[in-house]
Amino acid sequence: MEIFGVPSALLGSQLLVGLINGSFYAILSLGLAIIFGLLNIINFAHGAQYMMGAFIAWLALTKFNVNYWVALIAAPLLVGLFGVILERTMLRKLYKLDHLYGLLLTFGLALIIEGVFRDQFGISGESYDVPDALAGGINLGFMFLPIYRAWVIVASLTVCFGTWYMIEKTRLGAYLRAGTENSQIVQALGINVPLLITFTYGYGVALAAFAGVLAAPVFQVNPLMGSNLIIVVFAVVVIGGMGSILGSIVTGIGLGLIEGLTRVFYPEASAVVVFVIMVIVLLVRPAGLFGKA
Amino acid sequence: MSTTKQPSALIKTEALYTALFVVGLIAPFAIYPTFLMKLFCLALFASAFNLLLGFAGLLSFGHAAFLGTAGYVCGLMVRDMGVTPEVGIIAGTAAAGLLGWLFGVLAIRRTGIYFAMITLALAQMVYFIVLQVKATGGEDGLQGVPRGHLFGLVDLSDNVAMYYLVYAVFSIGFFIIYRTIHSPFGQILKAIRENEPRAISLGYDVNKFKLMAFVISASLAGLAGATKTLVFQLTSLSDVHWHMSGEVVLMTLLGGLGTILGPAVGSATIVTLQNELADKVGSWVTVIMGLIFVVCVLAFRRGIVGEIQALIQRAGIR
Amino acid sequence: MTMKKAISIACTTALAALSGGVQAQVSGGVVKIGVLTDLSGTYSDVAGPGAVQATKMAIEDFIAKEKPDFKIEMVSADHQNKADIASNKAREWFEREGVDTATELVTTSVALAVMKIAKEKDRIALMSGPASTPITNEQCNDVTVHYTYDTYALANGTAKAVTKQGGKSWFFLTADYAFGQALEKDASAVVTANGGKVLGSVRHPFPGSDFSSFLLKAQSSGAQVIGLANAGADTTNAIKQAAEFGITPTQSLAGLLMFITDVHSLGLKATQGMYLTDGFYWDLNDETRAWSKRFFGVQKKMPTMVQAGQYSSVYHYLKAVKAVGTDDTKKVMAQMKKTPINDFFAKNGQIREDGRMVHDMYLMQVKKPAESKYPWDYYHVRQVIPAAEAFQPLAQSRCPLVKK
Repeated sequence: MEIFGVPSALLGSQLLVGLINGSFYAILSLGLAIIFGLLNIINFAHGAQYMMGAFIAWLALTKFNVNYWVALIAAPLLVGLFGVILERTMLRKLYKLDHLYGLLLTFGLALIIEGVFRDQFGISGESYDVPDALAGGINLGFMFLPIYRAWVIVASLTVCFGTWYMIEKTRLGAYLRAGTENSQIVQALGINVPLLITFTYGYGVALAAFAGVLAAPVFQVNPLMGSNLIIVVFAVVVIGGMGSILGSIVTGIGLGLIEGLTRVFYPEASAVVVFVIMVIVLLVRPAGLFGKA
Repeated sequence: MSTTKQPSALIKTEALYTALFVVGLIAPFAIYPTFLMKLFCLALFASAFNLLLGFAGLLSFGHAAFLGTAGYVCGLMVRDMGVTPEVGIIAGTAAAGLLGWLFGVLAIRRTGIYFAMITLALAQMVYFIVLQVKATGGEDGLQGVPRGHLFGLVDLSDNVAMYYLVYAVFSIGFFIIYRTIHSPFGQILKAIRENEPRAISLGYDVNKFKLMAFVISASLAGLAGATKTLVFQLTSLSDVHWHMSGEVVLMTLLGGLGTILGPAVGSATIVTLQNELADKVGSWVTVIMGLIFVVCVLAFRRGIVGEIQALIQRAGIR
Repeated sequence: MTMKKAISIACTTALAALSGGVQAQVSGGVVKIGVLTDLSGTYSDVAGPGAVQATKMAIEDFIAKEKPDFKIEMVSADHQNKADIASNKAREWFEREGVDTATELVTTSVALAVMKIAKEKDRIALMSGPASTPITNEQCNDVTVHYTYDTYALANGTAKAVTKQGGKSWFFLTADYAFGQALEKDASAVVTANGGKVLGSVRHPFPGSDFSSFLLKAQSSGAQVIGLANAGADTTNAIKQAAEFGITPTQSLAGLLMFITDVHSLGLKATQGMYLTDGFYWDLNDETRAWSKRFFGVQKKMPTMVQAGQYSSVYHYLKAVKAVGTDDTKKVMAQMKKTPINDFFAKNGQIREDGRMVHDMYLMQVKKPAESKYPWDYYHVRQVIPAAEAFQPLAQSRCPLVKK
């Protein structure tokens, strides 16, 4: 069977691959959206923090013989802690200023982090093997699906929707949302807003590191692995509507699928399609697909 | 802050500009001209960018598209169609202005971060087109653009002659920016930046003014790009890459956002640093650039020129 | 900096030792070598600091062995893969600092820009880093030497060997960039000429990160061989993901632009059995081992062909300067072209009139993990491709300097 001259088996497999990439986008853009929602800061260092997660996993395995599963917890904690320090020492000073300054500061931080890693580890990157428990693959008939990729979808969507649930349905989440709306009143109600903000930034950064660990066995662990991704992830957040939690998740997945389809029909353009969509969406719906206008 | 100045301050400013202009005239005898030419091209680029961000409050994250497009148009026309350099520069500038109009029409209805993102997205598309079009030479760059003869007369392969052309272009561009800022049009832009609803209620067609500012800024960025192509006799993908759009933000911020001289000072600092550090610290250049960003944002948000102005004002009060 | 000082001190002592010797006709008594390389970007492992190191070694060895009566200085700079930065630096070097030759020059846009400036300023461009064939074809000039390798030599060597060994049907995974398209074109021609067939190709954006969709296309084409017409992180990611999707045991991969650093970073498990063409391997013989171990002593990495070629080209240049007793571009170029190159890097290497240095290339197969006995023991040398076959024949050259 063929659809638009493309065998349906190929189309199916491309959509599945798109879904895998989409789950990476979802988890990265979720982190950015949370940070923007509460801090009003566009975290340009997100790509570098994602890279740090992958490198910590690799360092843990090769230098300290710490396995993948431990790294999956430890790396986000470490990078999250790093984020907390950044927030306490630098970002804190920028909340009252224009968005621009947060963007510039984190852009500078990204340059520093990537530069230091490049100097330490070179540019060629390092290999991280798929953990034994997730090695191999399943033949789906229309394609061979590596078990690890299936795990990426499961892990990423679990974390994404877990986060969404926490924000939408729990008390902590309610504080968060209230803090986003009007932090002064929340403060007056006796909630420690600065602590809430610090925690939020740490959590958003930890999400980036979590994606980094997930990515380590799939991509070569390389100091610049996040620097090109960050622009795409930005676009995802903007299309979804800045600060919208559900928007960032759904858009991330959707964009992965669209990118997958582009790779079938016009592969050269697969890196630019996200920007085309962004322009169209912003012209039609200025606040993004899920944003409040 | 009041914009009206004491007459004595005005005279001082004029004296300052005159002095700077003279310094520029004799500079190539003291400093390596090619380096100065690059510096002036980027200074004009940053000043054009600042017109938009510093005076109209619009952050464009896609200004590399104008610099690069003008560079390619000018380079292709001079190299393959054999036009004289001044025609190439004008054509490049016009192309950038046209592109700026297109970007502007699509982007100015949005504000803040959405505006930045639309300009970024459009610039990424320009990058893609440049990469796909055969004539640009892809990642090899557009190479071997002759400098040619200005008006068919002055041989520009001579570095000193080329320098004075670049200097003239920079001065004209800078003068246009200066006049724009100090015109009623510039005052309206500032009013829009400070309080857009109020400007609307005063009866101004805000979008029309923003669009005009965008087109002027894009054209001048193009003017810088076209001239840069002639200086280096090449244009490459890095001129249209988003890193270039980021770099111009850094230059402007470092020099002083919203000050007239700031972007030029900022780009001079960055270009000098890049040039000097390239030999000395090797791979640490980007780390140092990152540190400058961080320090600027945390400690010197007014930038070099802004801080100096603040110092002078404080001294004046005492 | 301290290194540079040390070198100039060494030179001064060498000069003192030669007191009463013939005064050199080298301009200013100094030969100045500029290393313009990528110290921080994509090519910094292939060339970068290692190429600077190789240049230093060449200068030290030359002074120790040949006892020249001129001083030798080195300057180096990071061009950040930007043609305008490179162009600015090269001009400054030539016009202001008396640099006699700009060397290394990885990245095509940089190479093309600098070779034009070298021509204009009548200086020499020694290219051990860039891969692009236009350097010795449409864009060629008489002050440029393209030393180590090019896309033709790599694509040609690998594609021919693999096709002859029975890999008759090919599918290309091509970076949507000029070098990727050049690799694909050159390799396709070789495949067809050797009785193979090209089933198709897919162009991916550069740089990319996820290659699974492109690999699935390659898989569904049913080709025996997937040719990787890309470089660096794209190649390593594609190889890694091909193994992940179970493509590699049934279809084989051929890397058309791969360096030993890529194999090192991926490990043998992912790369075993792959064919690739290289201009140098540290473990070829005693001479290469001796040099490479010295290099390793400083860099903690074995040299790539670019770094070894950088040493060889600088040494060859200095020898020519000494032989003609001047740094005059025309005379030095003539001498360099006249003299065959014989060192650890090349045997009977020859610089042709189009500027191409031709030397033997090696067809490598990556070892299985079990076959690797010590660190960096990565390749079987499957075939020595003689210089005459390895590079584009002069008859096909599109360089105007070639008299036909």
